[in-house]
Amino acid sequence: MNEVNETQPTESVHGRTFGAPIMEMKNITMRFGGVIAIQDISFDILEGEIRAIIGPNGAGKSSMLNVINGFYHPQEGEIWFGGKKRSPMKPYQIAYQGIARTFQNIALFKGMSTLDNIMTGRFTHMKKGIVSQAIWKGAAEKEEYENREIVEKVIDFLEIQSIRKTEVGKLPYGLQKRVELGRALAAEPKLLLLDEPMAGMNVEEKEDMSRFILDVNDEFGTTVALIEHDMGVVMDIADRVVVMDYGKKIGDDTPENILKNQAVIDAYLGVAHE
Amino acid sequence: MFFLLDPFFYEIVISGLLAGVMYALVALGFVLIFKASGIFNFAQGVLALFAALTLVGFQTGQIPFAHLLSVFGFHVSHWGSGFPTIIALLFSLLVMIGLAWLIVQIVLKPLVNQEGIILFMATIGLAYVLEGVGDLMWGANVKELNVGLPEGPSEFILDTTDMFIDKLEISAAVVAIILVTVLTLFSAYTKMGRALRAVADDHQAALSVGISLETIWWIVWSVSGIVALVAGVMWGAKSGVQFSLSLIALKALPVLMLGGFTSIPGAIIGGLIIGLGEKLFEFYIGPMIGGATENWFAYMLALIFLLFRPQGLFGEKIIERV
Repeated sequence: MNEVNETQPTESVHGRTFGAPIMEMKNITMRFGGVIAIQDISFDILEGEIRAIIGPNGAGKSSMLNVINGFYHPQEGEIWFGGKKRSPMKPYQIAYQGIARTFQNIALFKGMSTLDNIMTGRFTHMKKGIVSQAIWKGAAEKEEYENREIVEKVIDFLEIQSIRKTEVGKLPYGLQKRVELGRALAAEPKLLLLDEPMAGMNVEEKEDMSRFILDVNDEFGTTVALIEHDMGVVMDIADRVVVMDYGKKIGDDTPENILKNQAVIDAYLGVAHE
Repeated sequence: MFFLLDPFFYEIVISGLLAGVMYALVALGFVLIFKASGIFNFAQGVLALFAALTLVGFQTGQIPFAHLLSVFGFHVSHWGSGFPTIIALLFSLLVMIGLAWLIVQIVLKPLVNQEGIILFMATIGLAYVLEGVGDLMWGANVKELNVGLPEGPSEFILDTTDMFIDKLEISAAVVAIILVTVLTLFSAYTKMGRALRAVADDHQAALSVGISLETIWWIVWSVSGIVALVAGVMWGAKSGVQFSLSLIALKALPVLMLGGFTSIPGAIIGGLIIGLGEKLFEFYIGPMIGGATENWFAYMLALIFLLFRPQGLFGEKIIERV
């Protein structure tokens, strides 16, 4: 396992520089009854990088994202976030820490408009409670406008102005994925988790999505961790890749080196049996 | 079309619509909870009863649990004097909010992620517990509730149009309109309102943007406790605060089937249709089939609706992808 130096910026092969680890997973083990979904996995995510987690179906990728996001609590191991050990937390508290995510099977608020959906992404930034809203409307209104401005920026960035008022349940799949990304972006997260952002998309939609992810990372410096099946996409956009198979980590390297890794080739293409 | 000229027809229509508003008030409480948590709250009627009992208790200065205290030798029943209506209302409001918190902590939290039917059973239990606690706290006698709303026939309408309309029902309609307007604005334009709708749509996604389900449930149960308070006040003022008040929940069922379980406008329009249909049917068809149709008309209408439009007028269509 390659330990990362915590103080020195780490250089990647693309010539991009990253900060200290924003997130470190240390010896995570996650069991569901007798099934071991994640077995003793350690890896880190550096500030400013695009980190990919890949692996065949059932490898435990989504479980790993759910651990980071707080939906699952691992039985063993430590999670370090922002240089501090994280105590077990509820998912909504983790959102307040600055981790936003999208889901494999789109989880949007279907009855609400695109605008309202993305506005919910601002939830953690809006401090005015229900009581102050009732007592002093002005302050709450001001807050609403300020957050609305940020949401409008996200909408411009994702080029979805034309569907601002549309109920998201009526949008086509590709656009729903984009709105979901918008909701996560509106939170201005320190760490953005994407669970198969390109699943079920056509080539053009995939290209758009790749561009958005790269732009988010580039323009706002957002750290991204993503799960993806499409190897081509991963090789194009990821800085470093973790490969999982049957709950174990079988590789952790730059995309170029991952492609040469025999264990990864075996897991993906199958092993020739003599 | 001879009946259109009959002023009596309009009187029936108006009093039917006003009665419908009262049904809608009860149905509204159901819809709020069902939308936000998928729970069919069987205790909604008892909640209204409990709220009305508490209000009367504060108004008349009753000491809660007086009967229980007398068992231990403290023979007390009333404070020196009661609270003025507005203070009593405020206290009842706080009691409903506190009750909502207790319900979330004791009933909902331990049952998180359980099947809808289990939560439904839990609310049946809740209904019985609340009824018992209400009895123990405030006694089982029928109480008169007077919150200072105008009552009796409106002379103005009687003089000008020769129609007999109860002022209480008009006030109920006004209160209901204000309530629905406030609720609609709250859910459309505030952070918490958006969070409420978000939770109704998708729990996991709501959590992922930082919305605490517990807080939302507390708000939702508080709001429907407040709606129950309003409904309890209106029905209590009309027919006295007694334990049969909890049965108004049964009248809300056909309203919900008609309007859909997930739609606030549905609850209102469903209530109006039931109220109106009931009165018209009773008056024009009732005499031909022996009267007393008001007891069953609403349920029959709901049944017909279930046959042709099971999701109700405004409910979400239930589509299961396979």
